[in-house]
Amino acid sequence: MAQLRDEGVILRTYRLGEADRIVVAMTRHHGKVRAVAKGVRKTTSKFGSRLEPLTYVSLLLWRGRSDLDIVNQAEVIERYWKIREDYTRMSSGQIMLEVIDQITQEGQQDERVLETLTKALRVLDDPERDPMLVAPAFFLRILELEGAGPVVDRCVSCGDDDVALVAFDLNEGGALCQQCRRGRPLSPEALLLLQRILGGDLGSVLTGTPPEGAHEVDALATEAMEVHLDRRLKAPRALTGL
Amino acid sequence: MYTGSLRRLIDELGRLPGVGPKSAQRIAFYLLKVPTEDATRLAEAIIDVKENTELCPTCLNVADRGELCPICGDARRSTTTICVVEDPRDIVAVERTGQFHGRYHVLHGALNPLEGTGPDQLKVKELLGRLEPEGVEEIILCTNPNLEGEATALYLARLLAPLGLIVTRIASGLPVGGDLEYADELTLGRALEGRRNVAPSEEN
Ligand SMILES: [Zn+2]
Ligand SMILES: [Zn+2]
Repeated sequence: MAQLRDEGVILRTYRLGEADRIVVAMTRHHGKVRAVAKGVRKTTSKFGSRLEPLTYVSLLLWRGRSDLDIVNQAEVIERYWKIREDYTRMSSGQIMLEVIDQITQEGQQDERVLETLTKALRVLDDPERDPMLVAPAFFLRILELEGAGPVVDRCVSCGDDDVALVAFDLNEGGALCQQCRRGRPLSPEALLLLQRILGGDLGSVLTGTPPEGAHEVDALATEAMEVHLDRRLKAPRALTGL
Repeated sequence: MYTGSLRRLIDELGRLPGVGPKSAQRIAFYLLKVPTEDATRLAEAIIDVKENTELCPTCLNVADRGELCPICGDARRSTTTICVVEDPRDIVAVERTGQFHGRYHVLHGALNPLEGTGPDQLKVKELLGRLEPEGVEEIILCTNPNLEGEATALYLARLLAPLGLIVTRIASGLPVGGDLEYADELTLGRALEGRRNVAPSEEN
C-alpha cells in the first residue's frame, strides 16, 4: 500500500455500510479521488466534520489495489463557515461542487480547477459579497479552463468586433451580431456583465447588489455549462424551491 | 449455477442495503439450512410489515394501517411543539432521550441537490398543513448534523420563521465521553456557540 499526501475540497459523500462513507474529493495533485472514511458516521469519529462537502482539507490516504483509497488522516485547511450558515450561499456552493464532480475525471490532474474552486468558495464565504453571481462566474471561468469559454468580445460567427452583439447561441458558444443572430436575445446589460466577468473584472462585479442582467447571465452560464457537459445539472433544478 | 428459486433469493437479498453479492449468497444458504418454521416466520414478518403498516396521516411516522402512530395517538403529548426529523428512525433516537414531549414530523429525506433531492421531494407541504390546525408554536429542527441536514434546516428556517413561529435547531455538541483534543473544529466551534450558563444563579 502506498501512502499518499494531498489536499483538496470534499465534493460529495455517499453512505457505505453501517458507519462508513465514500468521500469524493477534488485534489491538487491526484485529480478527483474516491476514498473510504471508516466510521465517519459515528458521533465519536476522529474525522468529525472534516470530511463534509464544502471543506478544504489536507488528506493522508492509503492507496492499495482497490479503486477506493482509504482516508487515514484529515486536517482542515479552510472551513467556509458563512456558506454553511446561509441557504443561498450553501445552495450556490453545492451547485459548484456538482459541476466540479461532473467535469473532472478520476486521476486527471489540473491544479487550476482546484484553485478556481477554492477562490470561488472564499468569495462565497465573504458576507460582504452578494452570492448571486458567484456560481455563474465560476461556471464561465471553468468553461474557459476547459477551452470552451464563450466568445463575448466579437461576433462568434462573422468575427466582427465593431458591431452591436444582440444574441447568444449556446451551440456556437458566443455572442452574435444582428446579421448573424441565432439562439436567444442578449441584453446589453448581460453582455457587459459577461465581458466584465470573462475580462477579469470579477471582483467589482461581485461588489454590492447584483447588477442588472445578473439573472440572465445566471441562466445563460448554467445552460452553457450544461451544453458543455452534455447533461443536465441536478442541483440548480433541485434547489429552485426557494 | 444455482437453481431458479435459489438464484431468485440471492438476487432479492442482494438488493437490500449493505448486502453485497457475497453476503447475499451466505444469507441464502443459511436460510436454506434453517428449519422451515424459522424461514416462514421471517417471510411472514416481511409480508405483515408491508400489509399492515403505512405512514401516520399526521406526522408520517410509521404506523399501523388506518391508525395514528403511537405518538400522535397519545393525548398527553403537546401539540404546540413539533420536532422535525429526516427519518422515522430518528424519532426512536429522540424518544430514547425522554426529553421531548411534543409531536414529530418526518420529512422522509434531506436536501441533497447533487442527487436531485430538492424541497419538493421532502414532506414539507405536509408540515405546513399542520401548523394552523394543531396550533403549532415552536418547530425544533432535528435534522442530521451533516451538510444535507444543515441545508434542510436552513431551508425550513427560512420558510417557517416569517410565519411567526419559534424555530430552533438542535445544538451540535461534543460527544459525551470523548476527549476535547480530538474534537474537530466545526463541532467544537458549534459547541462554544451553544455554551450555557453553569454558574449558580444569585439568590436575592
Ligand atoms: Zn456576425
Ligand atoms: Zn404520527
